[in-house]
Amino acid sequence: MTASDIRAVLAEEFRRIAPEIAFDDVAPDDDLRDAFDIDSMDFLNLVIALHQRLGIDIPESDYARLGTLRALADYLEAAEAA
Amino acid sequence: MGEFRMPSLGADMEAGTLVEWLKQPGDAVARGDVVAVVETQKGAIEIEAFESGTFARALIEPGTTVPVGTPLAIIDAGAGGDAAPAPAPEPVGAATRAGAAPPSEPPAIPSPSVATPVPAGRVRASPAARRLAETRGVDLATLRGSGPGGAVISTDLAGTAETVAPPARPAAGFDLAEMRKAIAAAMARSKREIPHYYLETRLDLAAAADWLSATNAARPPAERLLLAALLHKAVALALRKFPAFNGFYEDGKFRPGAAIHLGSAIAIRGGGLMAPAIHDADTLSLDAMMACLRDLVARVRAGRIRGSEMMDPTITVTNLGERGADAVFGVIYPPQVAIVGFGRPAPQLWPAPHGIETRLTVSATLAGDHRVSDGIAGARLLDEIGRLLQEPDKL
Repeated sequence: MTASDIRAVLAEEFRRIAPEIAFDDVAPDDDLRDAFDIDSMDFLNLVIALHQRLGIDIPESDYARLGTLRALADYLEAAEAA
Repeated sequence: MGEFRMPSLGADMEAGTLVEWLKQPGDAVARGDVVAVVETQKGAIEIEAFESGTFARALIEPGTTVPVGTPLAIIDAGAGGDAAPAPAPEPVGAATRAGAAPPSEPPAIPSPSVATPVPAGRVRASPAARRLAETRGVDLATLRGSGPGGAVISTDLAGTAETVAPPARPAAGFDLAEMRKAIAAAMARSKREIPHYYLETRLDLAAAADWLSATNAARPPAERLLLAALLHKAVALALRKFPAFNGFYEDGKFRPGAAIHLGSAIAIRGGGLMAPAIHDADTLSLDAMMACLRDLVARVRAGRIRGSEMMDPTITVTNLGERGADAVFGVIYPPQVAIVGFGRPAPQLWPAPHGIETRLTVSATLAGDHRVSDGIAGARLLDEIGRLLQEPDKL
């Protein structure tokens, strides 16, 4: 799965969680919880969706590192490669 | 013979609009079945039957707005009631879609002599199928039903693609301006009538947070718990000891709740909020509590809350979560008599047996109704919630 595939998955999942926010308007280094206005339930739903779609199980202890789209995409790419 | 009436779904509701009947004349109705969908200021609410029987006839048509208490339909108690011209019993496998299906389409099974009357223009379908068809923009009349009596059921929509078109809708059936009016009316009444008192205390969350981390580390994402589940459960258990905070103030006196139905304040994207009930919250396991919270959040945002969930809460919990402020002082939702608030968890210096430590803490607040309770009892309620959170494995 390429970087652009991962971005496409993220775009789809964020659209599901925050339909009123245009994914392309969010910059890679924006705080994603603020940008998409998501709470801990939304974030958990995102983690569940990524687990189901990509097979990547993000442990809770890593949540804090995943504050931006760039961090999240890099994390998923690294996990895919591993 | 029983009348199915427009319910009052909150102190602020005066009227509602019938959107849809989910039962047809002759249908059996069990207590708790969703009979109708009603549009209120708070969005579309599913209304359940309070008694079992047979749906005899509708008294008003969809699209009609009527005051609270107006009879909407007649439901005959017990099976085979005597009122209303009962429709012919449903022939198994009959072409019951006759009214809506193209006449050229032959029934799959030879039609018995009795045709079941179907209201013109209406296709028999299960509520779930109806919902699915609506979200997918599919005309039910174009489908072949495989359910009882030829009704369209969810699986009949298997081949229909999900239309990508309208992104969910900002809030299904919500008119945020109307919802704001409803919130304004309820909160204005609260501030006018309820003599609030307020308390705040900080609770040590270290034990709960450690337990949660350890528990979630061993679970796949779909089975993980959120702190909110622990907080809700602790409140529900604490209320067992302090019934003066659980119930309603009506007609000049307090009526304790028969059970602990926690209203959980849930924000709606784009503004507005609802606080539907988690029924019998003190009896739920943490996993069940988490499932309830997840389900409620999803249904609030999809505009699918049931009438009983709007009417039943005996107290409200508002939990700001990670992106909130330090503390929240709630406004009591009448006729309830208390609201418990949790702020954003934050590390703080905390006196421990061997000196000062940094611990995760959270602000817990209570707004209580002075007509029913006093601050000293409220303080004990908050302390009990804090004590319960020190033993998360027992929640």
